[in-house]
Amino acid sequence: MAALINVPAKARRGDIIEIRTLTSHIMETGFRHTADGALVPRDIITSFTCRYNGAEIFRADLFPAIAANPYLSFFTVAKESGKFEFAWIGDNGYTSTASAPITVE
Amino acid sequence: MSFWRAIAVGALVAAAPALLAGEIPSDARRSGYAFMGPDTRAMQDDDTANPGMLFVLDGEALWTKKTGSAEKACADCHGDARSSMKGVAARYPAFDKALARPFTLDQRINLCRANHQRAAPLPYESRDLLALSAFVAHQSRGVAITAGDDPELKPFVAQGRDLFMQREGQLNLACTNCHDDNFDKRLAGAPITQAQPTGYPLYRLEWQTLGSLERRLRSCMSGVRAQAYDYGAPELVALELYLMSRARGLPMETPAVRP
Repeated sequence: MAALINVPAKARRGDIIEIRTLTSHIMETGFRHTADGALVPRDIITSFTCRYNGAEIFRADLFPAIAANPYLSFFTVAKESGKFEFAWIGDNGYTSTASAPITVE
Repeated sequence: MSFWRAIAVGALVAAAPALLAGEIPSDARRSGYAFMGPDTRAMQDDDTANPGMLFVLDGEALWTKKTGSAEKACADCHGDARSSMKGVAARYPAFDKALARPFTLDQRINLCRANHQRAAPLPYESRDLLALSAFVAHQSRGVAITAGDDPELKPFVAQGRDLFMQREGQLNLACTNCHDDNFDKRLAGAPITQAQPTGYPLYRLEWQTLGSLERRLRSCMSGVRAQAYDYGAPELVALELYLMSRARGLPMETPAVRP
């Protein structure tokens, strides 16, 4: 699924940088019914992780009350050049990944 | 006699402002963006926080994907959308000579699918149709709206204007009663806008998805407890056309974010 990642392309060593992620997902709560009364099964993202050169730096658990197309923003310290890897895991075997490079000077 | 004539003239003068009410002067036209809070504005302005951009990305992928029995992609005829589609959405709904009526961008996409790609039409409000029209309309971001300039569209703009001015539903309200006469005020805590359709298809936080202008019009109609027209109905197209011609000169914002 489409994802939008905002990581600064360049940073100075020791800088605090903001990482923003937005991903496409319907986040169906599992509490809603169709017009003929059938329950719409739950279909949400349950977990998000961010790794910085392989080491996990951020993790979040997501729940049914979170809106569609979840947006998450968090901070980290720029230590070395490399790659941020993002993974979203959800119901019905849903997985989605994205990555973004960073140059640290 | 002159006494009665004076009364008649007086009555006409008193009625004149009421008759003229409904047209917002062009320099006073404002996009719905101007009525939003700073948080929602920030969400629209940042392309990595604007959820509508997820649909634009999907549309970009669909643009180059071969489909239908003709095995053709949009890009096979139209090339790079950045140049070929720039300004196109700003003049839709447009007049089709063969069908002798205006049609919307969504309908145009489905006409292309039927005639050139030989593919099944995409249902209204389906993710793929919204993604394609968002991608096409996004190429016009910042372009001033010129819809309705075609002289052949004149009767359809007039039809749309009549529908806009006509009271309907159990609440007996016309579009104009809120959007011409009472914008800048509030309805149940929400700001009433001028109904300038600058950013469609747009992401409504209430819908948690992208939606077309027709969806917006239909929800206003159920709001006044009227029977909403079906998607693609000539009345909805005429209304859409009138609204776009009414927003003449305002820049396109697609994909806009609205509360």
